[in-house]
Formats: sequence, C-alpha cells, structure tokens
Amino acid sequence: MSAHSTSSPLKTYFAIWATLLVATYVTYRVAFLDLGPFNAAVALIIATIKATLVALFFMHVWGSSDKMIKVVVIAALFFLFLLLSLSMADFGTRAWS
Amino acid sequence: MATAVAQPVERENYLNKHYGALSWLFTTDHKRIALLYLGSITFFFFIGGFFALLIRLELLTPVGDLVQADTYNKLFTMHGMVMVFFFLIPSIPAVLGNFLVPLMIGAKDLAFPRVNLLSWYLYIIGGSIMLHCMLTGGVDTGWTFYTPFSTAYTNTKIIEAGIAIFIAGFSSILTGLNFVVTIHRMRAPGMTWSRLPLFIWAHYATSIVQLLGTPVVAITIVLVAAERLLHLGIFDPKLGGDPLLFQHLFWFYSHPAVYIMILPSMGVVTEIIACYSRKRIFGYKFVALSSIGIAVLGFLVWAHHMFVAGISVYAALVFSLLSYAVGVPSAVKVFNWTATMYKGSIHYDAPMLYAFGFLGLFTIGGLTGLFLACLGIDPHVTDTYFVVAHFHYIMVGGAVMGYLGGMHFWWPKISGRLYPEGWAKLAALIVFIGFNLTFFPQFILGYVGMPRRYYQYPGEFQVLNVLSTAGATVLGIGYLLPMVYFLWSMRYGKPAPDNPWNAAGLEWKTQSPPTTFNFDETPVVTWEAYNYEELGPFPEQESSGA
Amino acid sequence: MPDQAAAAVHTEGHNPALLHHFAEPEQQRDAASLGMWVFLATEVMFFGGLFCAYLIYRLKYFGDFGAASSTLNTALGATNTAVLICSSLTVVLAVWAAQTARRTLLITSLILTLILGFAFLGIKGIEYHDKFVEHHVPGPSFSFENEPIPGHPGQFANPNHAQIYFALYFIMTGLHAVHMIVGIGIFVWLLALAWKGRLTPEYHTPVEIGGLYWHFVDIIWIYLFPLLYLIDKHK
Repeated sequence: MSAHSTSSPLKTYFAIWATLLVATYVTYRVAFLDLGPFNAAVALIIATIKATLVALFFMHVWGSSDKMIKVVVIAALFFLFLLLSLSMADFGTRAWS
Repeated sequence: MATAVAQPVERENYLNKHYGALSWLFTTDHKRIALLYLGSITFFFFIGGFFALLIRLELLTPVGDLVQADTYNKLFTMHGMVMVFFFLIPSIPAVLGNFLVPLMIGAKDLAFPRVNLLSWYLYIIGGSIMLHCMLTGGVDTGWTFYTPFSTAYTNTKIIEAGIAIFIAGFSSILTGLNFVVTIHRMRAPGMTWSRLPLFIWAHYATSIVQLLGTPVVAITIVLVAAERLLHLGIFDPKLGGDPLLFQHLFWFYSHPAVYIMILPSMGVVTEIIACYSRKRIFGYKFVALSSIGIAVLGFLVWAHHMFVAGISVYAALVFSLLSYAVGVPSAVKVFNWTATMYKGSIHYDAPMLYAFGFLGLFTIGGLTGLFLACLGIDPHVTDTYFVVAHFHYIMVGGAVMGYLGGMHFWWPKISGRLYPEGWAKLAALIVFIGFNLTFFPQFILGYVGMPRRYYQYPGEFQVLNVLSTAGATVLGIGYLLPMVYFLWSMRYGKPAPDNPWNAAGLEWKTQSPPTTFNFDETPVVTWEAYNYEELGPFPEQESSGA
Repeated sequence: MPDQAAAAVHTEGHNPALLHHFAEPEQQRDAASLGMWVFLATEVMFFGGLFCAYLIYRLKYFGDFGAASSTLNTALGATNTAVLICSSLTVVLAVWAAQTARRTLLITSLILTLILGFAFLGIKGIEYHDKFVEHHVPGPSFSFENEPIPGHPGQFANPNHAQIYFALYFIMTGLHAVHMIVGIGIFVWLLALAWKGRLTPEYHTPVEIGGLYWHFVDIIWIYLFPLLYLIDKHK
C-alpha cells in the first residue's frame, strides 16, 4: 500500500490477469487427465499459484513496505495449517489403533 | 451533576463533557464505551451468578429435589454460556482494555472508534437474543453443545443460542482487530515495543487469539444450525457424520478462548505487582514473549478436551505433550512476578491483595491442568468435579480476581474518585475465603468420583457439597461489596489525584478522570517502562471512607 | 513500520477525510489497510473451518464425494472462475484510476466489477437451481440413488455420504455467495463515492480496502473451484 509503482502498473495487471485465466484453463484441462493420486495435488498447487499472484500483485503485497501485511498473511495461513494438520493427527491415525 | 464532596470547580473530563443518554449511546469515546461495557457485563455476571446460585442450592442435597433433571441441564448450560461468552471473554478487554489501551500508548482513541461502538452494540444484540432464548426455554446441552445431541435430539433453542453467540463472537473479533491495529499504528513517539506496559502486550496476545480462534467457532455454529434445520449428517453418525469433528472444531476455539480469559488478567496483575512492589517487572522481555507464547501454544492443545471421546491414542499423545508445553510460559510469568516482589517494597492495598490471590489460585488451577493433561490421570477425573474445580480456579480465582484487582487499581482514573480502602480489603478477603471454600472441596469431590453436570449424587458426598454451597454464598457477598462501594464512591468518594499510587504508565500522566481526547499534547516517551526507581515511593494514602 | 508524527497539532483543513484521532493521513490510511488485512485473516479462519470439515470427509468418503461432485456443471464453475478473475482485474483498474485521477475509468471499472459480480451470482443461481431440480439439495427432499462412483463400475454412492458432500457444497459456496453480495454492496457504495467525486489521489482508501476484500473473495473461489468441482474428473 505504501509503495506505488510509478511506471505503469497496467502492464503488470493485464499480464497477471492473462496468467490467471490461462492457469484456470490448465486446471480445468488437467483435471481430465489421469495423474493417479496427483490430480488433487496439481489442482491445489495451481490454485495456490493463482492465489499468490492475486495477493502479490492485485492486493499490492509485492513491493509494499508494510511488513505487517506479510506477518498477518503468514499468521493466518499458519493457524489454518494448524487446524487442518492437527485435526488430521486424529483422523489420519485412527486406523492405526 | 452535584459533587457531594467539596471540590471547587470540577474540571472538564470525559464524563461531564456531554450529558444525556444519546451522548452515551452514540459515543465513540473509548472510555465511555468501556463504561457501557462495564454496565452490560456486570448485568450478565449477575445473570450467570443467579444460575450458579440455583445450581449450588440444588446440590445442597443428594437428591434432585429443587429442580427437575431437564431444568438442571438448562441451569448449568446457561450458567456456562452466559459466564463464558457474555462475561469472561469481554470482561477485561472490553472494560479495562478499551479504557486503557489508548491511554497507555499515548493515543487519542482506538484506531477505529466507530467499530468500537459497533462492537458494543453487537454484544448487546447478542446478549439480548441470549436473554430471550433463556426466558423462552433455554438450552440444555451444556455450554459445549456436543453433537449429535445438540443437532439431532434436543428440543431446546440451540439455533437461537447459537445466533446470540455468533453475534457476540463478532463483537469479540472486532475488539481484537481494533486493539491490534491500534497497538501497531497509534503508539506515541518514543513508545517503542520494549517500552510498552505488559498490559498492552497481554492484550495484544489476547487479540491474536480472539481474531484467529473466534471465526472457527462461528462457522461451527453455522454448521450446527444447518444440521439442525435440514437434518444433515455432518455430525450425525447415523448418516455417516463424525461427532468428533464437531468437538475438534468447537475446541479449536474454545481452548484458546480460555487464554482470552486469562491473558488480560495476567496483564493486570503485572501492572499491579510492579506498582505495589515499587519495582520494574523482573524479566520484561520474558513476560512479554510469554504472553505471545501462550497465545500461540494455546492453539496447539485443544484435543486435551477429547482424550476420552474417541480420538486416536497417537493424537492423544501429541496433544498431551503439547498441553504440558503450554504450561511453561505461564510458569515463566509466575516466576517473574515472584522475582519482582523479591526485595520490593510491598504495599498490601486491595489491588495487591487481589494480585496475591491471583498468584496462588492461578498456580493451583494451572497445576491441576497439568494433572488433567496426563493421559494416565485424565480418564479418572475427566467429566468430574475435578475439572470443574480446575477451570474455576483459573477463571474465577485467576481471571475474575485479576479483573477486580484491575477495577480497584484504575478506579481513580476511571471515575475520578478513590474507593474506600478498608472496605476493599475486606471484600478481597471475603472473596478469597469464599472462593476457596466453594471450589477446593470440588477437587476432592471430583477425585472421589462425583461426575459434573449431575443434579443428584451419593449421600457420602453431601458434606463437601454443602461446604461448596456455603462458600458460594460467601463469595457472592464478596462480589456484591465492590459493586456497592464503587457506586457509593462515584458520589461520595474522595476526589482522586491524577496519580494516586505514584504508578508508572502514561495513563497516570493524564488527569483523573481523563479528558475526552486523553492528552492535551501528544506525549513523547523517553523513559523505560516501570521506571519506579525514578518515581519513588508509594504515596501516603487518604482513602475515601474507612 | 511508519513512524507516528511528533507533531502535536495536526494540519487542520488539510484533508477533510482525516479523522481527529489520527495525526496524519498516512497514519489513517495505514491503519485502515492493516485493519482490512487483519479482518481478512479472520475470514481465512472462518472459511478454514469449512475446509477442515471438507478435507476430513473427502478423504474418508472419496468415492462418494467423487460421485456427488460429478453431478456439478464443471463448465459453469470454470466460467465463474474466469468471471471472478476478470472482476479482480476491473477492481485493480479502479484503484489505479483513483490513484491517477481518472474519473471515467474509475466509474467504468466499478460498474464493470458490479456487472461481473452479478454475473457470478447469476451463474451460481443457475447451478443451485439445477441442483434443486435434481433433488441434490440436502434436506427432506434429498435423493441420490443409484449414482455410480467414478472409476468403480458397478459401485454406487452412499446417499448419506453424498448428502454430506452437498451439505458442504452448499454451505461453502453459499457462504462465499453471501460474501459476494456484501462485496457488491461495498462496491455500490464505492460507486456512489466515486460519482460524488470523493475518491481522489489524495484519498482513495475506501476503494483500496474494498478492493482487498473483493480479491480475497476471489481467492476463496480459486480454491473452491478445484476442490468442489474437479474430483476424479478423469475417471
């Protein structure tokens, strides 16, 4: 938020937009290929790339001098990860007993 | 407003600047909002206390003779829900936090004053819905709402209670948001992170928990409501659902919620101990980081509420280990408070008596938590009165004592009046005695096997139950006394000087009570926190009344 | 971290949007920005609970979830993803237009964002209608008999487990749609501000933080689409 790019950011915005659309199309097509157990992983990885692009460039995290934004984003993702992983510590290991 | 005690001209302050109900209901002054909260949470404290009274009356006799079983289920449910969501969680942050955070950091107000007012209105709306729910039948699932009873079998007003808690939770989230942004962006020049009062660090840590935990219980309530309305199977084993999923989602918030309740109180105790020992807090950095540590580690332990519910034993091992870990930062604080008092110049005024009470009772409560974290012990005492005693030691012996200590400590700043010290000491003593008489027998009851949430019990448990009820009566008197003399002091109390305790902190550099915008000029901070060497001794006190 | 000004007196009349308790506009804007980011963090946890439930049941009832998911219209889902991506572009153009005092572009971008938002909701409505007609809405009228599990010929999905899928589908996309509606409301308000000329290069915080919210809602959908629509498509 604090740092605005003085050269035209428009090129960046349209490039990211195009990339996002292409990535969506790729996700859609790859879903119909048989990658065995990796279909879900690939779909989620592409989704994460898209989300990261939106956050970095559309939400202006890239080049922002505000350190707190990165802390807030990482904190949110970390606690979500805690919820998912520690729940799986139970559900994932029930069959072991 | 006539002052009953002679004071030539009353200075303009936040209380007398504007008059009339609308000036309060549409205020954006964080100090007025704090008082709006004070009135509301006190009201709900009485409601929760009323349910406690009925519970303890029923438990005077081994048979269920005061109320029916279904009614008893509603009593302990409503007691828990009201006390947790409408008293303990808002209490210190919404009253003392709202009042003091801007003052302590040298700001004119919180970052978002209108959002602050919205927080209070959301709390009132949630509270009103809860009141209506209680008056029209209430809920009987326990405050923990376990499924599938809450989703598929009970006929009580789950959805209405859920809506009330959802809205109150949103209030809590917005308060946390306000504090985090305020502490980051509105500190006065020179107020670096290492000069902040530890009360601020405690509220910052609390806000992290409020922000990241509450949304999960909010969505859980949505799921419960949806399941109840549409007979879904998300939590119902008959339809392929897993009741433990509810418990995981519920406790992911509700365990950190107990840290929302205790962290602010620890912050209060730190301020009081430093002032009444006339010493800088021992190990400032450790105390500050331990608050953050409690907030983070507190999110890693929730399934210790589920050891006997059917989680995998491997998960139980992990959560048991993590639950031991979360005791460490709390212990760090207890050691540091003790070390602060060592070779300090101790003054045994009411706030310090409450702090002492906190130290002992919180330690007992915390240690018994470690017993419960042990997988060998927990199956024996879980869902017994041992657990009830454990959490009441922390929430009442800890959080409420801290709250009362803080109310006394900052009362001159909030009201411009001194409370009567003699009565305050007496009340603190009565609270301490009443509390221990109420809850210590419950440790024994739990250990010998009395289950919680039962309205009848074997005859051999009666003596301990009678002691507990007697204690509850004493405790109630102890709580009523401050309400009486605080109100009395607003009219008849001695006018307070700006810094009656010669305490450290920017809030004591403003007038008592402060003006609406707190500081005439933005302060520039050039000194360290808790500079008691420079401030000197505790002043001779002229208290009000006794 | 921006330093707070030491000036005791804030510059009166410099900016009518400056609120009294802030020392300068930069502080107010940084507070608003941090406030919105923190709020978005809470939204991550709010949706996170649903993702947790979905994760657990998808792993437990993978086949049944695949069967249920295959009844969704993937083409419409993909279209909606593209719609939201385009709307994020129009949002970021609106912010840039406000920063560079391009009133026409600002208003056009805001209107386009609204149109795309309504388009998303419209497509969602069509999808919900299809589900309603097929009796896939959880509740008394739910029915999911004799639906084959993808990749397991001869096996049929358990209707109870499929109902859990649809319950999560409707709650997750429904909650997302509620957030879209709120976002549309915010952007209608921004359009009004822009029309009145209140969004300037000196003060355009509302469109910046409104934009943050909109992008976040887009990001949620970026995850919902593959998770809900693209299970076992190759089978």
